[in-house]
Amino acid sequence: MKLHRIKGLMMRHLYLYKRSVPRLMDIFYWPVMELLLWGFISSFIEKMNLGGFNAVTVLIGAVIFWDLMSQSQRAVSVAFLEEVWERNFLNIFVTPLRVSEFLASTFILAAVRVILVGSVMSVLALVFYHFNLLTFGFALIPFVANLLIFGSVLGIFTTAIILRYGTSAQVLAFGFLMLLEPFTAVFYPVSALPVAIQWISYTMPSTYVFEGMREVIATGEFSYPLFWGAVGTNIIYAVVIIWFFSRMFAYVKRNGKLLKLD
Amino acid sequence: MTSKNSIIEVKGLAKEFNRVPAVRGISFDVYEGEICGLLGPNGAGKTTTIQMILDLITPTAGTIKIFGKEMKGNREEILGAMNFSSPYVALPGNLTAWENLATFARLYGVLDIKGTIHSLADFFDIRALLPKMTSSLSTGQLTRLNLTKALLNSPKLLLLDEPTSSLDPDIADRTRKMLVKIRNERKVTMLYTSHNMEEVEEICDRVVFLQKGIVKDFGTPNELIAKYGRKDLNDVFLAIAREHGIDKED
Ligand SMILES: Nc1ncnc2c1ncn2[C@@H]1O[C@H](COP(=O)(O)OP(=O)(O)OP(=O)(O)O)[C@@H](O)[C@H]1O
Ligand SMILES: [Mg+2]
Repeated sequence: MKLHRIKGLMMRHLYLYKRSVPRLMDIFYWPVMELLLWGFISSFIEKMNLGGFNAVTVLIGAVIFWDLMSQSQRAVSVAFLEEVWERNFLNIFVTPLRVSEFLASTFILAAVRVILVGSVMSVLALVFYHFNLLTFGFALIPFVANLLIFGSVLGIFTTAIILRYGTSAQVLAFGFLMLLEPFTAVFYPVSALPVAIQWISYTMPSTYVFEGMREVIATGEFSYPLFWGAVGTNIIYAVVIIWFFSRMFAYVKRNGKLLKLD
Repeated sequence: MTSKNSIIEVKGLAKEFNRVPAVRGISFDVYEGEICGLLGPNGAGKTTTIQMILDLITPTAGTIKIFGKEMKGNREEILGAMNFSSPYVALPGNLTAWENLATFARLYGVLDIKGTIHSLADFFDIRALLPKMTSSLSTGQLTRLNLTKALLNSPKLLLLDEPTSSLDPDIADRTRKMLVKIRNERKVTMLYTSHNMEEVEEICDRVVFLQKGIVKDFGTPNELIAKYGRKDLNDVFLAIAREHGIDKED
């Protein structure tokens, strides 16, 4: 991997972001709206006084974490779609750029977005709802890192699908995570799901993060089994999906679709 | 012949798309410092061949050596020393001309980005266009921007797919003169597709004729004109494309 090429691709996206209101909205508008919505809901629930249930912490923590994961996924998918929309894929791949460098640049973009959005959301949560994200302490780093990685890997997955099936599949880039949301125990514990489908939850790294987050809120303890659950499933997803992506890339090269991606 | 140094060596190259052959086992060489025309009717396989040379399409069979090496294991070295331009492959319209050039300069690892862009922009007379959005440029300006991009890494080999199509005769003529100048001043080897036979006669040292995925003939324009007994390359094209034999007037 060569840094100057990764930097080249990142700068290309920064050029776009700095003068594009819709792109900035995609980063800040949704998270802020979601934070407001869930913030009000949780303050309302708290006022109902449901003994011991700390609605603000549980729900706002969940909404921030969920948004960070979805930012990460969208950052990766959209970075790829920008090249497809502008039919630039061919130009960048006649340079010495490697596919791994392309993916690395989208991962770094995702990380930058996660840090930006995370900071904005945590400041707003503190101001509006007196929710301090830093109460998670050191656990914040493994939580966010696992969500960042899982989000990016899912971003690579949607990218691979769009490579294979063309831009008619691009709705996946924006809606794919919704498909997982009910099963990955974002706002409620896995135990709230029907027993028959609980195993689905445990196939996803995000489930371990959200369970771990609630564990910290409830007991103040950071659960290592849950942490390793997240890391382990993340590694499996990363390996399988990067392999899948490379197969789809080879498919596109075999079928001469790199120039005709649309 | 032995003194000629092959920059591209294509051997037995074939490509099928879903079992339909587009290129059927072609072999040809492109020699150092020449402008080689890759000619043929629509659908002959020119673009497919160029894309296989660029490693954007995986061949079904055959080998391609560039600078004497295969792409596998030498990708960075080979792609770093060549470039590509085609009006059909535009640069992102939502970046300025400068941003596009700076991005590709970084992708090619150009050290003096500013200096390189400025000197090429002067050569192509697009300095004033650099702050403009790429989408706002005219076709002729875009062609020059594309060529500027194609020279950022001081390539030793340029692949050009119909570089003058959609240009008015004046800009097309100036673009051809620029290409010849680039070849002469920078010793760049070029593989060039075009449907304009007059232009090919003017600037190509040698041509390779493809039809239905097969190399029908090759040689210098004058050799082919003499061989087919025609008055110019356009008539040679018609003779080959319509599968008339040598010296058979219609
Ligand atoms: N991605 C693809 N999938 C299926 N068939 C393809 C693909 N690309 C090219 N072909 C087919 O391969 C053949 C050669 O096409 P190619 O684009 O190489 O021709 P060309 O010589 O560049 O033609 P033109 O002068 O029109 O540009 C054509 O029959 C074309 O339909
Ligand atoms: Mg073509």
